[in-house]
Amino acid sequence: MPPSSSSKLSPPLPPTGDTPPPWWRDRRVVPWLVQAAVGLVVLLVIAFLLGNLVRNLSAAGLLLTWRWLSQPAGFDLAESIVPFDAGMPYWRGLLAGLANTLRAVVGGLVGATVLGTLAGMAAFSSNGLLRGLARVYVEVVRNIPLLLQLVFWYFVVFLTLPNGAAAFQLPGIVLAKSGLYVAGLAEGLRWQGPHLLNGVWQAPVRLSVEFAALLTGLIIYSGAFIAEVVRGGIAAVPKGQWEAASSLGLRWFTTLRRVVLPQALRVILPGLNTQYISLAKNSSLAVAVGFSDLYSVAETTLNQTGRAVEVYLILLGVYLSLDLLISALMNGLNQLVQIRER
Amino acid sequence: MNSLLRRLRHELFATPGDAVLSVALLALLTLAMGGLLRWALVQANWAVIQANSTLFAVGRYPAEQQWRLWLLTSLLVGAAGLSWGLLRAHPRADRQGLLWPRNDRVAVGLLAGLAVWLPWALGLTGGIQARWWGLAALLIGLRWLAGRQGASWPPRLLKLVPLVWPLLYLTGMVLIGGGLGVAKVSPSEWGGLLLTLLSASFAILLCFPLGVLLALGRRSELPLLRWASVIYIEFIRGAPLITLLFLGQNIFGFLLPNGLAPERVWRAAWVLTFFAAAYLAEAVRSGLAAVPTGQVEAARSLGLSQARALQHVVLPQALRVALPAMVGQFISLLQDTTLLSLIGLLELLGVARTVMANPEFLGKNAEVYLTLAVLFWCCCAALGLGSRALERRLDPRTVPSR
Repeated sequence: MPPSSSSKLSPPLPPTGDTPPPWWRDRRVVPWLVQAAVGLVVLLVIAFLLGNLVRNLSAAGLLLTWRWLSQPAGFDLAESIVPFDAGMPYWRGLLAGLANTLRAVVGGLVGATVLGTLAGMAAFSSNGLLRGLARVYVEVVRNIPLLLQLVFWYFVVFLTLPNGAAAFQLPGIVLAKSGLYVAGLAEGLRWQGPHLLNGVWQAPVRLSVEFAALLTGLIIYSGAFIAEVVRGGIAAVPKGQWEAASSLGLRWFTTLRRVVLPQALRVILPGLNTQYISLAKNSSLAVAVGFSDLYSVAETTLNQTGRAVEVYLILLGVYLSLDLLISALMNGLNQLVQIRER
Repeated sequence: MNSLLRRLRHELFATPGDAVLSVALLALLTLAMGGLLRWALVQANWAVIQANSTLFAVGRYPAEQQWRLWLLTSLLVGAAGLSWGLLRAHPRADRQGLLWPRNDRVAVGLLAGLAVWLPWALGLTGGIQARWWGLAALLIGLRWLAGRQGASWPPRLLKLVPLVWPLLYLTGMVLIGGGLGVAKVSPSEWGGLLLTLLSASFAILLCFPLGVLLALGRRSELPLLRWASVIYIEFIRGAPLITLLFLGQNIFGFLLPNGLAPERVWRAAWVLTFFAAAYLAEAVRSGLAAVPTGQVEAARSLGLSQARALQHVVLPQALRVALPAMVGQFISLLQDTTLLSLIGLLELLGVARTVMANPEFLGKNAEVYLTLAVLFWCCCAALGLGSRALERRLDPRTVPSR
């Protein structure tokens, strides 16, 4: 193509060659310019917000201090496994709340894992009805807000249970409005079931209805999500594994337990980690059913002291560490189930 | 019939164990469903829903201003009918156009049935029932008209139709809150389903650009951008939403100059937005990770600038991959709006609490919570269905190679 025709088609190029581009378009400089601009904006926004915060807090006499933690709390908790009463300082109250949160999280983790694994396995049953039920369970529970489910369990189910002799009785367990009574070891290492004493149930283990409602709600809600994780993990195992195991004469359950689940576990564990962390965070909804978990104690503390920033820092710190702890444990577990090649 | 029997036998009674299990499950199911039906039809007292239907719908929105909400609803319904019809009249070039596919017929039937049954079940007055019928007729009529005539409408006009939606959103804000010559209705008077949908849609719309920016920042090669995004995302994801909402109510006033802090409803809506953006960023990030590096390299070697390559090559693919995860986030955001009731706002669950505190309706918890559960279930399931339909429509594998 002659050069004259190409100059007609495209506009003349800028002269190239010896003149270098201006320094602000240098490839080595541009990233730093962008970062400096973004950094400046972020810094300005943070400085603006922090400046306002310090000015407004000092005007309200609420500048950052931790001395209020040792003042007497003045409120009581309905239940706590750490001894606590109104005369004790705030930090003891927060500690009791943390203990309650941990109790709910651990119970929820165990229960939801069992329920979720069963429901996830049921999705591969040879029984069509069971498969359908597992599907319905997941679809119903996942599309209804957890908070709504929690208040349903608390106000509609647990608070309408009858008391006394009319209470709902199962072998070893009694469900009454006054609480959940479970058989266990009584003093003198004697196995003891729930029993009525002057019209009031007595048992070695008693859970409050608030705790029971929270635990039920958390287990059923997280169980549905875990069921999906387990189902996905099992589905990721090639079909040939099932066929090989069954042609070796293994039963369905044995195949699942010895062949499929060990392989599926590698896919399941990372998803499980996410679900466990969200369960830990969801336990803060305990405040809606009147269970004194960490968040509920913190809210009371904030309302009494007005220390929004400090209380929030405590909450953030505790929940972040809880998340990190769960992640660390799950990562450790994940290392154990990885394929070890020789 | 024979094949049905055979299938039933294969599914339910393949082995003796299966048979026992099936019988036990069937008995349990019949018992449970029977109990539920008996409760719902005989024992339950649905008057609590009927008497408070307005409260559940719009909260304490002043009655003499409610015409604005009816106007907005009819505008929304009209736009929906129009878009729906045009979607069928103009199928994608590679699809066979089918004016009334089976799903559409089912949907129209369901909508018509709902428009007749729901106002009757709620015991609404004749005038309001007629409005419901009018809305249903508007939707179906516009769907029919746009589906029939849409193919012959001028293309320049059709290009404007998607623009109707953002315009409608802004109009809706004005209609709901007032301003521009319309009487103001304070956000503290919004409530019920109105507040639920408003806060959810506000957060969904705003968290999307924010989340995409955060995801890009997290994958950026510039350390400052990357670390700022990581810190933001992890700090938001580390804390439960309720602590953030509570903090938002208490600390917005301290963070901004005096008098600039927004209304309580808006504080909550902003917290929801910032919260959802962090989760959305993670969904988008997984989508970005799914786009092969070769795509960027090819785009760059074709002479596209970094920004152009991102806009025209990377983001469309990444967002399509991330779509299911993003819709999942939107669904949980819709569910998370119930937490507003814990900080004293009267969205659906908050209204439910005030209704049940009324001595006249004491102890009607089951009726109210079940109604809300059905409502939320329908909204979330519809979002999920819509997402799957959109996925199919965007799936490039169905495009025939030319």
